[in-house]
Amino acid sequence: MNNLYSNVVHFRPSERQQKLRRWKSYFVKLALGCATILVVTPLFLVLYFLAKEGASSLTVDFFTQLPKPSGEIGGGMANAIVGSITLLALASSIGIPLGILGGVYLAEYGNETVNYWIRLCADILNGVPSIVWGMVVYAILVIPFKAFSAYAGGLALGLIMIPLIMRTTEEVILLVPQSYREAGLALGIARWKIISSIVLRTALKGIVTGVLVAIARVSGETAPLIFTAFGNSFWNHSLAQPIAALPLQIYTYAISPYEDLHHQAWAGALVLMLLILGINIIVRFISRNKSTT
Amino acid sequence: MTSIDNLKKRIIIGTQVIKPTVSVIPAFEIRNLKLWYSQNQALHDVSFDIAANQVTAIIGPSGCGKSTFLRSLNRLHETIAGSRMEGSIKLFGDDLYLKSIDAAYVRRRVGMVFQKSNPFPTMSIAENVLVGLRLNGVNDQKFLKQRLEESLRLSALWDEVKDFLDRPGVSLSGGQQQRLCIARALAVQPEVLLMDEPCSALDPIATMKIEELIQTLRTKVSIVIVTHNMQQASRCSNKTAFFYLGRLIEYSETRTIFTNPLNPQTEAYVSGRFG
Repeated sequence: MNNLYSNVVHFRPSERQQKLRRWKSYFVKLALGCATILVVTPLFLVLYFLAKEGASSLTVDFFTQLPKPSGEIGGGMANAIVGSITLLALASSIGIPLGILGGVYLAEYGNETVNYWIRLCADILNGVPSIVWGMVVYAILVIPFKAFSAYAGGLALGLIMIPLIMRTTEEVILLVPQSYREAGLALGIARWKIISSIVLRTALKGIVTGVLVAIARVSGETAPLIFTAFGNSFWNHSLAQPIAALPLQIYTYAISPYEDLHHQAWAGALVLMLLILGINIIVRFISRNKSTT
Repeated sequence: MTSIDNLKKRIIIGTQVIKPTVSVIPAFEIRNLKLWYSQNQALHDVSFDIAANQVTAIIGPSGCGKSTFLRSLNRLHETIAGSRMEGSIKLFGDDLYLKSIDAAYVRRRVGMVFQKSNPFPTMSIAENVLVGLRLNGVNDQKFLKQRLEESLRLSALWDEVKDFLDRPGVSLSGGQQQRLCIARALAVQPEVLLMDEPCSALDPIATMKIEELIQTLRTKVSIVIVTHNMQQASRCSNKTAFFYLGRLIEYSETRTIFTNPLNPQTEAYVSGRFG
């Protein structure tokens, strides 16, 4: 052991070698900078294009008016905005509690074999095209009740959220150090209270982020809504009836032959993006206040 | 400065400082304790009594079963999958391993402080101290306030934190965090306090504060401390148990263990020849 370092040759790099190093370092930095720009540029281009195209058609009417009958100019997407929010609320009321409970089960309870199969299922379901969810809900809710409905749309989106939230919740709960659980156990606190009051509170930020990602993901989903929520040109008065949604409305308008409707679709896309941004900002603000006290 | 002088004094006087007190009912009666992790037997037939209102040190080389033994005293080893125990442990005469006894109940009577301080990061100093009471259903604000001050005074932290009890527990220094963990353990008024190498991550001054604290606390709770530091064992314990390869090799008055051990293995370990 003693002569481990005895044959190390100490040398001072020559002026030329040092220069070479500096150049190498400079080139690597440059390459990384270019890569960053390459990645970020399309992102900003999309945002810029969306803002430019959408902003010009974003009028007060857009937020207050119903869609005009086809052929007429003007109108808005008030019903679709409210519809999207309704659908997200329905989906969240299904997806968030079930997803979080599932994640807690995976991280804290269950046994190896059961967890393996649950994880496998969740991962497969996360990769399933969203239209499949729509078909499933169509079969289990729309056909038996013989009606497209907000409930069906909400269920389809909620089901998509469950495996997403479940896996992220599991991951962030596993990041909470074991020592906190042991400290709680050593105080004679019941296990479910340790999980609900200590572990979940410690992991709150991560869980909130996971939930946000899931909401953002489903808020843009169109395919599962086509034959569940179906869309609606008027106000929805009952959750058991078809309901309008922004992505559906954007889809319908974007494939229509009218220039005016194209503009409205752009505006809808912009509003959808702002909606997601809004949810992000609000929930982040709340979770920051909660976790620092 | 006074505490540094105390440390010097204590090092000079060594084990002589502590006069063992004799108590009739032992805090723990451990009989034929055997413990396995899956196929690995971690403890072999350990039997001895741990006296009440004394400090008992557990020493031994790494992997000798010290921590496992400590965890068996509050049934914390049960959280590890595949662990299994035989034998009996009685706490002041009550069998801890009866089927009818809930582990949480045992842990309320036997508090624990860990090697690495672990205050809950989302909670303030006050919340950290009171979490054991609150989550066990205590809501009486007056009582909680009283326990908060008592526990922090007991752990010699009150004067340092009384003006900012709302700050996060993790904003304190390492030594303060460890004393906060002691306060948290004391708040539920345990009869015994287990300490698993409580000072191994602390600097000498913080270590000394904890050792002083142990001396004041032992009049109120029985303390079992696992330590790698033999000076620490000799400074602050009344009795010492030496573990080696999952067996209790020798258990005696601390002074005897360090000056005149019966077993040659103990002598070799305390004189630094192995371990």
